[in-house]
Amino acid sequence: MKLVGRVWKHGDNVDTDAIIPARYLNVSTPQELAHHCLEDIDPTFADAVRPGDLIVAGENFGCGSSREHAPLAIKGAGVGCVVARSFARIFYRNAINVGLPVLECPAAVDETEQGHQLEIVLGMGQVRNLTTGRVYQADPYPPFLMKIIDAGGLVPYTQRRIKDRET
Amino acid sequence: MGMTLAEKILAAHVEPEQVHADQFIEAAVDVVLANDITAPIAIREFEKLGVARVFDPERVVMVPDHFAPNKDIKSAEQCLLMHQFARAQGLTHYFQVGRMGIEHVLLPEQGLVGPGDIVVGADSHTCTYGALAAFATGMGSTDIAVAMATGRIWMRVPETIRIVYHGRLRAWVGGKDLILYTIGQIGVGGARYKAIEFVGPAIDSLSMDGRFTMANMAIEAGGKVGLFEVDDITRAYVDGRTLRPYHVHRADPDATYVRVIEIDASQIEPQVAFPHLPENARPVSQAAGVRIAQVVIGSCTNGRLGDLSVAANLLRGRQVHPDVRCIIIPGSQQVYLDALRQGLIETFIRAGAVVSTPTCGPCLGGHMGVLAGGERAVSTTNRNFRGRMGHPESEVYLAGPAVAAASAVAGSIAGPEDVLS
Repeated sequence: MKLVGRVWKHGDNVDTDAIIPARYLNVSTPQELAHHCLEDIDPTFADAVRPGDLIVAGENFGCGSSREHAPLAIKGAGVGCVVARSFARIFYRNAINVGLPVLECPAAVDETEQGHQLEIVLGMGQVRNLTTGRVYQADPYPPFLMKIIDAGGLVPYTQRRIKDRET
Repeated sequence: MGMTLAEKILAAHVEPEQVHADQFIEAAVDVVLANDITAPIAIREFEKLGVARVFDPERVVMVPDHFAPNKDIKSAEQCLLMHQFARAQGLTHYFQVGRMGIEHVLLPEQGLVGPGDIVVGADSHTCTYGALAAFATGMGSTDIAVAMATGRIWMRVPETIRIVYHGRLRAWVGGKDLILYTIGQIGVGGARYKAIEFVGPAIDSLSMDGRFTMANMAIEAGGKVGLFEVDDITRAYVDGRTLRPYHVHRADPDATYVRVIEIDASQIEPQVAFPHLPENARPVSQAAGVRIAQVVIGSCTNGRLGDLSVAANLLRGRQVHPDVRCIIIPGSQQVYLDALRQGLIETFIRAGAVVSTPTCGPCLGGHMGVLAGGERAVSTTNRNFRGRMGHPESEVYLAGPAVAAASAVAGSIAGPEDVLS
């Protein structure tokens, strides 16, 4: 799967309260959450983001809460992929589980700026910066995680396993 | 090959009973937890799985604590959805308002968690139960949905950081000061994807309440779990309390650690973490004078009886500063009752503080103490991210109950000694 999009650049430790402030956790659909995505650190984002845009960020993206509302808000906003130097553990699991593509690719992060265009080939973990022409290789997913990604998320993966066990 | 405490507990939940760091495993879980924020999504995903019943209605626990008592109509509907699911599934441990508490105060107190358990919760502070040597970790709602359905969870076995605390603690220094100091040293990503073992002479004499506080904030260093070994203090807490038999595991002497950190705890002052990250820890002597509008004493981090006792010792016979709202939240109905019997509640009210029913409320800017733009709070909670307690231009300074109570009296950040002198 190939994604092409415009970059929204962030620094280190973008926390889950920044991604979706807790005052909006009384709702849970991606569409409702998307209206407030990143609101407290970039009030323009929710209105200006276009489907297929990409988030590029530093270390420990998604630190803090276990709220699955965070990847759901980003996905609901139409963001195609988050590329970071590293991810917080729970956010990373949640993103895989809900089908928001996430890639760890420090070199690409360091040389990408706000507004650059990136092309990402997800299966290969390849990141191409169309603005600078440079190409990067993201860290590969562990084989176990690939099984969940290939199934389309944790729910379809588990549905299949439950069905296999019953037959 | 020797195993760490984390590896020991995980190994006891898989076949064959041997694991090593970086291995992917599927383990049986002992307890699965969700709250009013995370359960609605978990229930939605559970219903997609094609399973009629949860794996064990005695081991799926649900607690309405974040926006409960219901703060608005949408929150009320989330709590109702969770309650209806709990009734339909016949969950033994659903805690309605009036019997509930903040989940991570409540579950150990009610004996639902014990040493050697694996607990997964749709709340990042599930790691609190590491204080009881339970492998307890936070996950998202979809993971919890699968655990509710199957009683199993996939995990990557974490490497372990061992942190050794030497020396004796100074007066007014508690678990919160140790963990804020530690996060200040290793950073908010310092234990990312890793387990932490907290050991050493200063830990041996730390109360259960202090251990819960430290384990609770392992996640603020990015940790998967923060573990304490079982000792007499643990046994005194769990014996006669846990509803199931528990299992004591110990790290092997030849276990492999990714990092060992030695800390001289006798040199640690009461700490304050400045906005907007828990790693911005400083000794209170270097934080004095910051004017504040609010103090919160409570939460899954510091809402236990020991925490309220420390606060009461400073508020007794003193008055909350005229410009400060001091909000005190016992972590459970039992903590509330114990505080009442010990006269702490009267102490708080006479000092000019407000005492609330148990709720996570202000910690995450939900209700019961939301900050206005430009306001600053000293809070015994666990996160001081931008906008955490309300307006994006408000500020949260994290501290233990002693600094929080002293600051409430002073009207600005202050150490206990400043108020006593």
